[in-house]
Amino acid sequence: MTGTLLVALYIFVLAIFTGFEVITKVPPLLHTPLMSGANAISGITVVGAVISAGMEAELMTTILGTLAVVFGTINVIGGFLVTDRMLEMFKKDKK
Amino acid sequence: MDQLTTQELITKLLYLVSIVFFIFGLKNLGSPKTARRGNIFASLGMFIAVVVTLFHQDIISYTWIIVGLVAGGLIGGIAARTVKMTDMPQMVAIFNGFGGGASTLVALAEYHHLMDKAALIPGGQTEITVAISIIIGTITFFGSIVAFAKLQGLVRGAPIVFPFHNGMNGLFILATLIIAVLGIITPINPVYFYIVLALMALLGVTMVIPIGGADMPVVISLLNSFSGLAASATGFVLMNEVLIVSGALVGAAGLILTFLMCDAMNRSLFNVLFGAVGTDGGGGAVDGDRSVTAYTADDAMVLLENANKVIIVPGYGLAVAQAQHVLQEMVELLQKEGVKVVYAIHPVAGRMPGHMNVLLAEANAPYDLLKDLDEVNDEFQSAEVALVVGANDVTNPAARTETDSPIYGMPILNVDHAERVMIIKRSLSPGFAGVDNPLFFEEKTMMLFGDAKEMVTDIVSLLKEA
Repeated sequence: MTGTLLVALYIFVLAIFTGFEVITKVPPLLHTPLMSGANAISGITVVGAVISAGMEAELMTTILGTLAVVFGTINVIGGFLVTDRMLEMFKKDKK
Repeated sequence: MDQLTTQELITKLLYLVSIVFFIFGLKNLGSPKTARRGNIFASLGMFIAVVVTLFHQDIISYTWIIVGLVAGGLIGGIAARTVKMTDMPQMVAIFNGFGGGASTLVALAEYHHLMDKAALIPGGQTEITVAISIIIGTITFFGSIVAFAKLQGLVRGAPIVFPFHNGMNGLFILATLIIAVLGIITPINPVYFYIVLALMALLGVTMVIPIGGADMPVVISLLNSFSGLAASATGFVLMNEVLIVSGALVGAAGLILTFLMCDAMNRSLFNVLFGAVGTDGGGGAVDGDRSVTAYTADDAMVLLENANKVIIVPGYGLAVAQAQHVLQEMVELLQKEGVKVVYAIHPVAGRMPGHMNVLLAEANAPYDLLKDLDEVNDEFQSAEVALVVGANDVTNPAARTETDSPIYGMPILNVDHAERVMIIKRSLSPGFAGVDNPLFFEEKTMMLFGDAKEMVTDIVSLLKEA
């Protein structure tokens, strides 16, 4: 195991705990937007996809990479837009 | 660690900025006042990460990147703009699936790239992380597609079980692990990893297909968590910190929701995944010697209008009937008459966490009228009417007393503590859990048989006439 991998593992574990701490107190009202917003963040994998699709490596990498860009972008754009659409509707009572 | 070039340094620092945006975004998504801003923070983080990556030194041609971004952007954008709020659970499920699928594809693309450069080492860390990424990402993709198909009504919502179901899934997992190890130690042959992919596709299908509709909130949350972990796994393949951290954040978020949903049903995750609990709601016989009294919209209107306090309990039936708008119209008419009305929302009402809140928000119900279980449960005793619209199991008092009932121990809304209970329902058939609801036969209960939308529409027109 390389040192880089070990550091990455540290980061991963700490990020999981950060996630738990940041999210624990979300009211049920916001469960759906939280889920769909988080879901859009998981589309971050599009960052890796962009590199695979653009590096002009062998054919398989370009095909898989391009498909990954499509999938990832659907996830990101769709996820953030739909979350915004939902949150726009949440209003407090005027009275 | 190696010395970084200036460009790499700038890239990594900007990735760190993205991560900070994600964390602030998630934090802000936790309160109704800041939620919209939170979502914008998160999308800004994503924008920064993608733009920075476009300047990556390995990128030579932008043709396919642009094709992919435009195609994905159009599909995602149109889907997000046109989806109906009632169809939100399946939309979230399918977006989730695409995220997981993308992670698998990136891991495979990198694997082919390294194989082409003859840079793979048998049993090396890349091989191991690629295998993990394929396993999690593929299960997310295919599991989400099945969840989508079930929610969309393309596949029967009730559990579909075949003989030796769990044993077979166990065999799938065992076979996958063996073949994944073979793939890891023989990196010149990608066939092993494609077999792993095929097996995980099967497992994704066979794991989700026996899970019943009302357990969907758990499944969607779990798949949400998986899509994050898949991104993390791909981050380990590429040694890319922004993927590792963002994926872990999403993984944690999904896991929290998963366990909240399990708690709300008083069931373990294991029981939800492998228990195949539930029916389509058509089965179970009702005892012949008990009788219920059917009431009409007129009876309901009179009681509602003269009440001081009414608590409405919405369920999945409300979404199916698309009755949320007319229901909110009724609430507003009652409020004008001086009736105090709130909605009581069970955490697992509907098909995903928070489903009812989204539906009612769409119908312009202010969110301070949407009360969750703990907030509202003591209020039923001071309410003249509890009006149940399209919900069943979450109101079933059997959950408190009948130890042999499949829903025993599930926290329920105390509708039976109200003076009168009105239930709008198509028939006496049991709910998802396949158990009778003794509430229907209680003296204080008024059954209003019919479609939720038609029944509420009738009450609304009567209220307007009065």
